[in-house]
Amino acid sequence: MRAFRKYLTILCCLLTLLSMAASAEGSLNMNHDGFSTSYTYGYDYWQDVIESPDAYRVLTVIDSLNLGLDENLEGIRMNRPQSLYVRNSSLYIVDTNNNRILQVECEKERYTLTRVIKEIQGCEISTFNHPYDVFVDADENIYVADTDNFRVVMVDKDLNYIKEFIKPTDTNFDQNLDFKPRKIVVDVAGRVYALVANINKGLVKYEADGTFSSFIGANQVTVSTFDYIWKMYFQTQAQRDASVAFVPTEYENIYIDKEGFIYATTTTFSEYDLLWDNAKPIRRINSIGNDILIKNDRYPPIGDLNWLEGDSTYFGPSKMTDITVLDNDIYIALDRVRGRMFGYDDQGVMLWAFGTRGNIEGAFNSPIAIEHMGYDLFVLDQNDSRVTVFTPTEYGSNVYAAINEYKDGRYEASADIWRKVLKQNSNYSLAFRGIGRSYLKQNQYEDAMEYFKMAHDQENYGRAFKLYRKDWIEKNIKWVFLVLIVLIVLWLIKQLRRKMQWEVIMHERNEVRKTNG
Amino acid sequence: MNATKSVKQTADVSGRETRRDGWRHFRSSMRFSMYTITHPFDGFWDLAHEHKGSLLVAHTWLALFLLTRVLKLMFTSFQFMNVAVQYLNVFEEIFSLLLPFLILCVANWSLTTLFDGKGRFRDIYTAMCYALIPYVLIQLPLVFISNVLTFEEASLYTVLMSFSIVWCVFLAFVGLMEVHDYGPGRTLFFLAFTIVGACVIIFLILVFFSLLSDAYSFFASFYREASYRLN
Repeated sequence: MRAFRKYLTILCCLLTLLSMAASAEGSLNMNHDGFSTSYTYGYDYWQDVIESPDAYRVLTVIDSLNLGLDENLEGIRMNRPQSLYVRNSSLYIVDTNNNRILQVECEKERYTLTRVIKEIQGCEISTFNHPYDVFVDADENIYVADTDNFRVVMVDKDLNYIKEFIKPTDTNFDQNLDFKPRKIVVDVAGRVYALVANINKGLVKYEADGTFSSFIGANQVTVSTFDYIWKMYFQTQAQRDASVAFVPTEYENIYIDKEGFIYATTTTFSEYDLLWDNAKPIRRINSIGNDILIKNDRYPPIGDLNWLEGDSTYFGPSKMTDITVLDNDIYIALDRVRGRMFGYDDQGVMLWAFGTRGNIEGAFNSPIAIEHMGYDLFVLDQNDSRVTVFTPTEYGSNVYAAINEYKDGRYEASADIWRKVLKQNSNYSLAFRGIGRSYLKQNQYEDAMEYFKMAHDQENYGRAFKLYRKDWIEKNIKWVFLVLIVLIVLWLIKQLRRKMQWEVIMHERNEVRKTNG
Repeated sequence: MNATKSVKQTADVSGRETRRDGWRHFRSSMRFSMYTITHPFDGFWDLAHEHKGSLLVAHTWLALFLLTRVLKLMFTSFQFMNVAVQYLNVFEEIFSLLLPFLILCVANWSLTTLFDGKGRFRDIYTAMCYALIPYVLIQLPLVFISNVLTFEEASLYTVLMSFSIVWCVFLAFVGLMEVHDYGPGRTLFFLAFTIVGACVIIFLILVFFSLLSDAYSFFASFYREASYRLN
């Protein structure tokens, strides 16, 4: 009996271990959601994950220790930093819980702390209280979203107070709410656009002199027909009041590109809206608040195309927590669910996706902000309090170079670089398309068709095919006519023979009739 | 010796004769099937009530229909049909058309035979196969035409394509109406119930196979258990 019990215990232990191993296997696989099998990947025409060479590699990691902010060095470590900003060669890190902003100078791959912005001069409240975002304009004036002081404050480069942007007294703004600016951008004319917590009417826009101008870019409220009918005709007033109201969603983050358009991301949507591109997680907002993001690819820019259902930190669709736009209009969005970056060109075609969750270099715990300096990327992790610096690999640089050459109209040069890209990644459909276009420009239609076919580009294929068909007919017109003439002659001969046969028969019949009659 | 030879010779001749007769019959039936698609009311009536339909011709059209489908998937210009070739399984394509077709025929027969439909199963099958003719006649050339059209001329392609489908559906409707000697309303009613019937048949097949596999696993485990005990 005792032996039996012993065996039972061992068996139980084994079973527990086995089940633990099974669950651990699931958790070790960092990509069990999102369906990716490699660090860098892309999607093909059929929505299948295509492994890709790395477009970016980790250059270095900036953390409190190598900035000299460690306790041992009599400093204060970064604590839940929330945002990044880059102006010229300076990187600004918003160290939210320490109420300060760190200015880091980047020179030849070396990152040194040059200034800690903690206090400002010429103002009643001279310190920050949980700042969430920073913006630096071309004259190096610094704008700080000083969230728990309910203001956006503007100082010059020597930290002298210039002005502040506070809660609008306008009736459009709900006066019961605290004014908590979370994200700010400033356009070239000095107009401030602030993303304010608990405001769903869009971005709060201020004129350069600090007066409230308007709300812009409010999210459209989308109601499905079914929901509408259900609410209007099948619910009582009490039920209607109790259920969630149709309200527009708030934005998650904003970025202003060099043309003054605001890129905004949103993370509140239902996952079914993504597939038909009703959710629009990434938007480009013009001055009257309309979304003008170009989407010319088969799939809209929504991050991962495959995911396991669910809404948590580990499952569900990509949630773009920040976005940055390179000088060549390529935008890179940061997904906080799986710690991935998605690069899209100006036509909305995905260039690559990379990243994962974890604690190793190039992986993130809780990514919160992304910025760029040239083609280098800075990604801020709020839990680890560190900035990972990515730099393009040879492959990544080739992709950028090919896109830039094409944008500048040098199709030949662009195609040559695309050929290099194809040697590194033979599944890259943008490269096929690029080479096809250059063949089309050189009037080599058949080659162009072949490449467009490989890129699944029906429109350009049609264009090449039309020219090819025209050429073919012009070249072979004599044969076409010859065949036509031969066919007509043959037909005529046949008709003639039939007619003659008929006449012979009629003649014979007449003969028979004559002899009979 | 001589006699046997002559007998053999005559057998040979008659065999050739019947073969020639068979070919002639096939050709005339083929011509009749073409007549049917342009004169559906007359054609389908004669098919069922004058026994003018031919099973061989019906098989031929069904085979051609499946062939057209496969050729279409493989050779239509990439501009009009972008098939994931890496996932394409020809047999899967064929059976995913053939099985529903046969199940619908069976379902229709089993319903109409209870509600004084005049058609025998072979009449229903023949009529349904004849109804597929426009698909073959239009879509087979379209496969080749698609390769000389450009993306901008796609409207021609789509119009012809939908025309062939509409024609097929119309023929199937008239075919069932004439074969069973029903009115249009009744045909429509039974057409709807045919679909329900097809679902029931599929359900029964699934139940049958799942029971079969259960029974198999029961006997397999029974055998395994018994063999352990006996050793």
